[in-house]
Amino acid sequence: MTDELDDLYQEIILDHNRRPANFRPMPDADRTVEADNPLCGDRLSLFLKLDGGRIADISFQGSGCAISVASASLLTERLKGATVAEAEALFGTMHAVLTGEHEPDPDRLGSLAALAGVRRYPMRVKCATLSWHALKAALGGEGAEDIVSTE
Amino acid sequence: MTLAAEIAAAGAAAPFSPRPWDLAAIRRDFPILDQRVNGAPLAYLDNAATAQKPAAVIDAIAELYRHDNANVHRAVHALAERATVAYEGARERVRGWINARSANEIVFLRGTTEAINLLAYALGGGWSAGERVVLTQMEHHANIVPWQLLRERAGIDIGVLPVSEAGELDVNALPALLERPTRLLALTHVSNVLGTINPIADIVRIAHEHGVPVLVDGAQAMAHQRVDVQALDCDYYCFSGHKMFGPTGIGVLYGKAERLAALPPWQGGGEMIRRVTFERVRFADPPQRFEAGTQDFAGAVGLATAIGYLDSLDRDALARHERDLLGYATERLDAIQGLSLIGRAADKAPLLSFLVDGVHAHDMGTLLDRKGVAVRTGHHCAMPLMDFYGVPATTRASLAFYNTRDEIDRLADAIDYARGVLA
Repeated sequence: MTDELDDLYQEIILDHNRRPANFRPMPDADRTVEADNPLCGDRLSLFLKLDGGRIADISFQGSGCAISVASASLLTERLKGATVAEAEALFGTMHAVLTGEHEPDPDRLGSLAALAGVRRYPMRVKCATLSWHALKAALGGEGAEDIVSTE
Repeated sequence: MTLAAEIAAAGAAAPFSPRPWDLAAIRRDFPILDQRVNGAPLAYLDNAATAQKPAAVIDAIAELYRHDNANVHRAVHALAERATVAYEGARERVRGWINARSANEIVFLRGTTEAINLLAYALGGGWSAGERVVLTQMEHHANIVPWQLLRERAGIDIGVLPVSEAGELDVNALPALLERPTRLLALTHVSNVLGTINPIADIVRIAHEHGVPVLVDGAQAMAHQRVDVQALDCDYYCFSGHKMFGPTGIGVLYGKAERLAALPPWQGGGEMIRRVTFERVRFADPPQRFEAGTQDFAGAVGLATAIGYLDSLDRDALARHERDLLGYATERLDAIQGLSLIGRAADKAPLLSFLVDGVHAHDMGTLLDRKGVAVRTGHHCAMPLMDFYGVPATTRASLAFYNTRDEIDRLADAIDYARGVLA
């Protein structure tokens, strides 16, 4: 990458798009959420396995643009082993960062800071938030299956 | 001069003497094209979404507001008369442009979407449960959802004429769909996703043999060809000003006089009545019956000016240029590895929908924009068609007569750049 797009398509985003982490089905998931953005056709399933108050396993499947795939991949990488309370707090932080409410704090966000570039592209914000909305539904939902939609 | 004579004069086309085809001069007529986006010259290839406006159109609207603005048809003062002449002159101009028999067959509305909603409401009010409207697989949501709303209200059925892999209608399947109790065939003239130009005159003939009237959605046709509603023999034809180099907010519903006369009004208000008491109301004849409230007369004047602009161009040279652009763009895109074009109809408007392996359409849209190339990405308000092809989203480059081969080269180069970024 050589040009002005560094802020959106950073190398870490491109890498996660090419080789997404935790990209697999989870037949014995405790929570499954289908999320889609009908406007762009992005569609993903987020799977969670819970052990007490902790996320024992997390994975996703689906198709979408580089931003939505990388966002989901980074999300699962970060949250495996985290507590539910930590995940809920991170949803709040990431939502505020991606929608431009808060400036990103690279020290706290780590690799997730790479997603912050999207806040300068209002038409693309929903690509990045899709998996985070799926996460919120998965954490809040008592039922095994749920459907969320951003558009 | 009588008012009628003034309107006729205002609506008359200029004597035909097209200016020589000079692409550079034509581009200068469109002020918006002369700008840089993200450091590169703008290549505007999103004309099927909305076309750009020549200075003549922008100026005509401003002039009307500066000098002649008054509500039409109401007062008797000088400005009101000027505005009325301009508005009714615009109606006459549209009549001549599409070769309708009478200006009374021209209803001004907000656009194609409103025209189809009007018909679904006014026609559908007389339909019974189980009666059918036939659409096609390639319709825009504007020609699907109004009929679904009618289905919810009245319990009608919706039939769908299939398309082939190449993106052409399966006209052989039409007669079976037109059997009773079909009440209307509603289809697009030109597909906004595939570019396919449908054989409307043939289709209308088949429909009429079955006693079924035809509504044609002409939104994508008007920018590329001269439409003659009498030659097509369609019963209704609708289009939007903004897709044919006119302003937003104005569009046209054409209907054969006897068809419009049979329709009830769909919105009530001023100007669509003959006489009102609290006990009863008598409605005006078409077209006023369908033009409740203050109309967008400035928009109508802008649309008439756009027609005047199109009339000043050499139509044969324009058609040659668009064919050349489509051929060249098809050749350039076909040469790109991993790119597949969707829509290869034999008769096609200059519009290219495509997929590129490994590059999602929205990443493509953002990356092309970084090179100043404006395209549309997504489902193009035609989800049933996207489902048919099994794709969530495509990138669409849609061309107008002011586009150039150089802009096609820049599109192809920018696609290569996007592939490089995401590979």
